[in-house]
Amino acid sequence: MIDFVHPALLFILGALPIPFLKGSIRKAYLMLIPALAILAVLTVQPGSYGAAEFIGQEILIAKVDKLSIVFATVFTIMALIGMVYALHLTGAGEHVAAFVYAGSALGVVFAGDYLTLFLFWEAMAFASAYLVFAQGGEQAIRAAFRYLMVHITGGVALLGGVILHGLATGSLLFGPIEGGMDVAAYLILAGFMLNAAVPPLNAWLTDAYPEATVTGAVFMSAFTTKTAVYVLARAFPGTELLIWLGTIMALYGVIYAVLENDCRRLLAYHIVSQVGYMVAGVGIGTEMAVNGASSHAFAHILYKALLFMGAGAVIYVTGRRKLTELGGLYRTMPLTVALYMVGAFAISAFPFFSGFVTKSMVVAAAGQDHRALVVLALTMASSGTFLHTGLKLPYYMFFGTDRKLEAREPPRNMLVAMGMAAVLCIAIGVFPQPLYALLPHPVDFEPYTGVHITESLGILMFTALGFVLFLRALDPENTISIDTDWFYRKGARHFMWLAEKPLARYEKAVSDISETAVLPFLHGTARAGLRIDLNGVDAVVNGVARSILRGGGALRQMQTGVVTHYALAMIVGVIAAIAVFAVVWR
Amino acid sequence: MIRRVVDFFGEARYAEQRRRLFYLALVLIVIADFLVPREHAEYLWDRLPGWSAVYGFLSCVLLVFVSKFLGHQGGLMRREDYYD
Repeated sequence: MIDFVHPALLFILGALPIPFLKGSIRKAYLMLIPALAILAVLTVQPGSYGAAEFIGQEILIAKVDKLSIVFATVFTIMALIGMVYALHLTGAGEHVAAFVYAGSALGVVFAGDYLTLFLFWEAMAFASAYLVFAQGGEQAIRAAFRYLMVHITGGVALLGGVILHGLATGSLLFGPIEGGMDVAAYLILAGFMLNAAVPPLNAWLTDAYPEATVTGAVFMSAFTTKTAVYVLARAFPGTELLIWLGTIMALYGVIYAVLENDCRRLLAYHIVSQVGYMVAGVGIGTEMAVNGASSHAFAHILYKALLFMGAGAVIYVTGRRKLTELGGLYRTMPLTVALYMVGAFAISAFPFFSGFVTKSMVVAAAGQDHRALVVLALTMASSGTFLHTGLKLPYYMFFGTDRKLEAREPPRNMLVAMGMAAVLCIAIGVFPQPLYALLPHPVDFEPYTGVHITESLGILMFTALGFVLFLRALDPENTISIDTDWFYRKGARHFMWLAEKPLARYEKAVSDISETAVLPFLHGTARAGLRIDLNGVDAVVNGVARSILRGGGALRQMQTGVVTHYALAMIVGVIAAIAVFAVVWR
Repeated sequence: MIRRVVDFFGEARYAEQRRRLFYLALVLIVIADFLVPREHAEYLWDRLPGWSAVYGFLSCVLLVFVSKFLGHQGGLMRREDYYD
């Protein structure tokens, strides 16, 4: 373990001193730990670390290979950027939670066995839930509880699957699920898909992320869904089901984004959409597709964080989050607008931005795998991505109707963090080779071909034409959208109604009947029983006992103790027996 | 510099310029799509120059109207106090 410093430990142990540090020392410390973690990941050598035995099972704390390194690299970079964005916070709670969250995500990415994975998986759920709780207010706390309940349910499914898998195969080592899909595999898959926000298990994401703190949502957008993509890529590459679910996800997210009025919920629906590309890539499972999924996760973490940081800056400055209440901020927040737009171009896959060199790899992999429908659906989703994050959201948030809001640029640390993410979004788009070199498989893909550039621009700019022509149809409306959280939000309420109304009434009726009729009857029966017991049973028992006692007394008198009397009695008995025997014999 | 670029997209006085630049870009993209070499045409549409422009526009229109239809007629959109 000496040649390997686990970055998860850096974060989780590193979180302990945060509450005791103050001022600029704390700020320096908050950046030092992620910087050390980046260094640890950059210098890590592939291999297995921390093998041990626990309750008779093989445990492998860290298994390092190219797939885990690519995710760990972006996680540590993101932890640094997120920390810079959150430097202005005075309380320690959110920093501690963010450290534990980032550390747990790294723990999952390096986990070599299912038990280690599960522990970090659950730690991630609790640490991230804190970032929603920290927002305070009834709405956020309710959302945080729902978030926690959903993730714990997913965790239980995962644990059940892990136990069944362990019983069936005799090993808890984490790797590709081999053999057919059995109950264990489906339970594990369900646990993973829940965290990847695959519909219909997606609503926790769009429910909780908009309720999180401004800085917390940035971390949340980075870790949970992407660790899920990682574990799917590790355990379930080439699972046909994932191709279709991923494709549906990509469209599902953009359809809901049309309806959305809350700026961060709109962005959250685009996480669903973008993770759809990754899930589909994992499902296709070819080397190029897994490369595409991994690199798209890498790019996605950075541009999505940038978008959440931009929207967060607006919320931080104006205190408003609904598009119907925002507008005209470009005058007071030009830097935020520009940085946000870098993220928007990156997610939309404009040439020279990161999405262009990663998303197209997934689409090309689907093309090579002869999946025309998937290619068409994913291309359509790209159009929707630009429509919402690149056009609708910035238009109604920064331009559009001027609502005369008092605004200014956000604190400098927020702008610096956004700048860091923006630089990386452009750098990956312009020089994709270093990212390609990190990918799990050798890359044979050239994004910058003439036809790819004109096709992408055609899709995107003619989407813009549609936006310009049908702008009024896109006007945000002051509504919320029903998603699958309806089932546990309304469903829980219906359950409570069922418990409070019919069940409670039934219970009351039952208790009324028992009080008025059944109880007196039972009391009466008991009294009668007592009488029978005293007068009948006791009398019989006493009577029998007395008779036996008397009989015993009589018998005692027959016991004389004189041997000749006994001998005489025996002879009489033998004669009597012979007489009876002789009669019966004849 | 950044402020000027952002202002160009925001100020009403540049509206006409913006419009012209936008349509010019659209025309250039379609022309360029006819000129680029197409070697690895996997599907029928890969061979059609200008296809991406048509598909992009149709996708946009389809997404907007199908979503709004689902939202309004399909009952996905509800009043904000729906869950209260």
